[in-house]
Amino acid sequence: MKLKTALLASALTAVAFAAQAQEVTVMSWGGAYTKSQVEAYHKPFTAETGIKVVSIDADNPGTPIKAQVEAGNVSVDVADVEYSDAVRLCDEGLLETIDLSMLPPAPDGTPASEDFIDGALTDCAVANIVWSTVVSYNANAFSGDKPTTIADFFDTAKFPGKRGLRKSAKATLEMALMGDGVPAGEVYALLETDAGVDRAFAALDKIKSDIVWWEAGAQPPQLLADGEVAMSTAYNGRIFNAAVAENQPLVVIWDGQMMDFDLFVVPKGAPNKENAMKFIAFATDTQRLADQASWISYGPARKSSGAMVGKYSDGKTEMAPHMPTAAANLSNALVNNFEFWVDKDAELNERFNAWLAK
Amino acid sequence: MTDASANGQLLTTADGKPLKRALAKAQAHAKRRAFFLVLPLLAFILITFVMPIGQMLHKSFYNEGFTVNEDIGSGVRTPIMTNLKTWFDANPLGTEPDEAAYAALAADLVVLKDLRAAGQAGTRINYEKSGSRSMFTKAARGAEKLKPPFKEAIIKLDKDWADPELWRVMRDATSAYTANFYLAAIDRTKDVNGNIVNVEEARQVYVKLFWRTLKLSIMITLMTFILAYPIAHLLATLPLRYSNLLMILVLLPFWTSLLVRTTSWMILLQSQGVVNDALVGMGLLGDENRLQMMYNQMGTMVAMTHILLPFMVLPLYSVMRPINPSYVRAARSLGATSWTAFRRIYFPQTAPGIGAGALLVFILAVGYYITPALVGGADGQLISNLIAFHMQKSLNWSLAAALAAILLGCVMVLYWLYDRLIGIDNLKLG
Repeated sequence: MKLKTALLASALTAVAFAAQAQEVTVMSWGGAYTKSQVEAYHKPFTAETGIKVVSIDADNPGTPIKAQVEAGNVSVDVADVEYSDAVRLCDEGLLETIDLSMLPPAPDGTPASEDFIDGALTDCAVANIVWSTVVSYNANAFSGDKPTTIADFFDTAKFPGKRGLRKSAKATLEMALMGDGVPAGEVYALLETDAGVDRAFAALDKIKSDIVWWEAGAQPPQLLADGEVAMSTAYNGRIFNAAVAENQPLVVIWDGQMMDFDLFVVPKGAPNKENAMKFIAFATDTQRLADQASWISYGPARKSSGAMVGKYSDGKTEMAPHMPTAAANLSNALVNNFEFWVDKDAELNERFNAWLAK
Repeated sequence: MTDASANGQLLTTADGKPLKRALAKAQAHAKRRAFFLVLPLLAFILITFVMPIGQMLHKSFYNEGFTVNEDIGSGVRTPIMTNLKTWFDANPLGTEPDEAAYAALAADLVVLKDLRAAGQAGTRINYEKSGSRSMFTKAARGAEKLKPPFKEAIIKLDKDWADPELWRVMRDATSAYTANFYLAAIDRTKDVNGNIVNVEEARQVYVKLFWRTLKLSIMITLMTFILAYPIAHLLATLPLRYSNLLMILVLLPFWTSLLVRTTSWMILLQSQGVVNDALVGMGLLGDENRLQMMYNQMGTMVAMTHILLPFMVLPLYSVMRPINPSYVRAARSLGATSWTAFRRIYFPQTAPGIGAGALLVFILAVGYYITPALVGGADGQLISNLIAFHMQKSLNWSLAAALAAILLGCVMVLYWLYDRLIGIDNLKLG
């Protein structure tokens, strides 16, 4: 009898262990953004499937993938990356292809391929959000007139104070041109030319001595709140969270915003590939994408989610006006041209580094 | 000792074997045992240190991006761009690419498409000729639809296919062995005729950063020396119970995490930080004129000097401690001034410690990465930050490896100079 109980107990433990071993590792950008994903995707996913989600963060999850895949030591199952990185990594054969037919249709039956915004689905990646790089300022930094346009960001005579910028050529050059008076629609055509690149660097030269460079998305709200910079570029959702959830006096300037997708990808050789695919299908369904938008102000990549976006998790802030895709915010907005960056990333960052070191 | 005893017979052990052979056998046994004892360490160093570094350095002159495609899942290796290589081999540099060349390119593009390797090949070319990556991915997408004459058909896709520089880069890349990454690492490139020229001025960065790294490292070494010498002297001359207490003050930061120390400096130095607040509070500084002590070279210098200080204090201390004070007293009693006694008696005895400390601090500073990345801003960046950039962001590992190899070479040369001038035997680490 005793032996039987012991056997039963150990069998049960073994089952429990097997169940526990079911997990999926998701790498994202940290801070308020990871939190929104944990709340909207990870917790419901674990509740429904019993698969544990391990959440880890990186300054840019696109960067460790190549190292992991080439070293044959992949520890990440799902990574949340920018568009140009998704295309580049896919082209280099570092990502698993994703069977797009596994994505659930919208509640009204529209197939996923039509429900997602144009460009949100590729062979290797499924978009979850539309986010934006915007200019933001600390309202306490300016006593009189407040800045309203991207040109004001580059005007340190009118609006004195330090400026925060992401330490990378991407977004920085586009914003420099827009700040120099180039309309959003003409930015990439101009950046294709040497004269355009020169003009962007010339615009940056004017504020170079006032720039504080940031690398992680959590830095700019911190720099702004500390008064370390007066204005900074930032991911719009981070500013929203600092302003609404933490009551910081931070204001977003939507003029000259630069939109991009974030996409889920699966590195080649991911240890829990099956679970990774299950996770992506689950996390990018209509309801989850809409839920995520109630934790941070990033737009869902599905059209059907748009109507379901309501209030912020505090129950009183309407999310719609804080989305990069809100009509009022689109008057001078740029969509990141991934193909331009896949091609020019190396050259422009090289020049950017040379310019930094000057 | 000879083999034979006085009566001409071989010395033997108790069981009759010749003594010499028995001894050699016993010694070989002991040696083997000693070798097996260090074997785990040897294997550890080989596997975790020598092999990865060797592999990485190998990448600096060997890049298969344009020659072989390896399927990551199955490990199957397929040669690519073989037709183009045949054409390049048959035609010397400077030949105008003809229809045969474009036909070879078209055939290779079909292979790229089948292998899904267009991105890989394009990336390799893009390292040297920016903008060419998408030319490969686009051309490969419709590769099997290309019809002769191929020259017109391909140039119609993108007129840049006719660029002689692109053909020069492709020619170089069809050989996996290349020195081009080393050229790039010293701001040089090749022109269409294969001559080595400087890259345009707006893109020159590496040589400047090598010099800056060298300059900053020397300055940091000097600063640590100036700060550490009196500290070490004090520690060495105080009675043991006091000096042990002070020693803890040196060791405590040494044991604290690097990141913690760097971020502490950020809190102290930032413009709304402790130092600035104190200066403004005392009225020495207006609120508008807060000093910028971080996100520039100064931040890098201050934080790195502090972090590397123990590496100077400890070797100096270990050399100063055993110096007999009666030497200096003897010099004084013979009429030397205190300065002369220090200069001619005390200082020379501490030289091995200075050498060891300076070498340690300098070599650590040359490769420093985290601190300049956090507090360096734009002009406090060192070459290691660009190596990290190419490792992590641009993913151009060959260039990163070439930069690292040059850095390693510089350190080796300095080490060699040190050995010639001071002698490595004089090094005293404690």
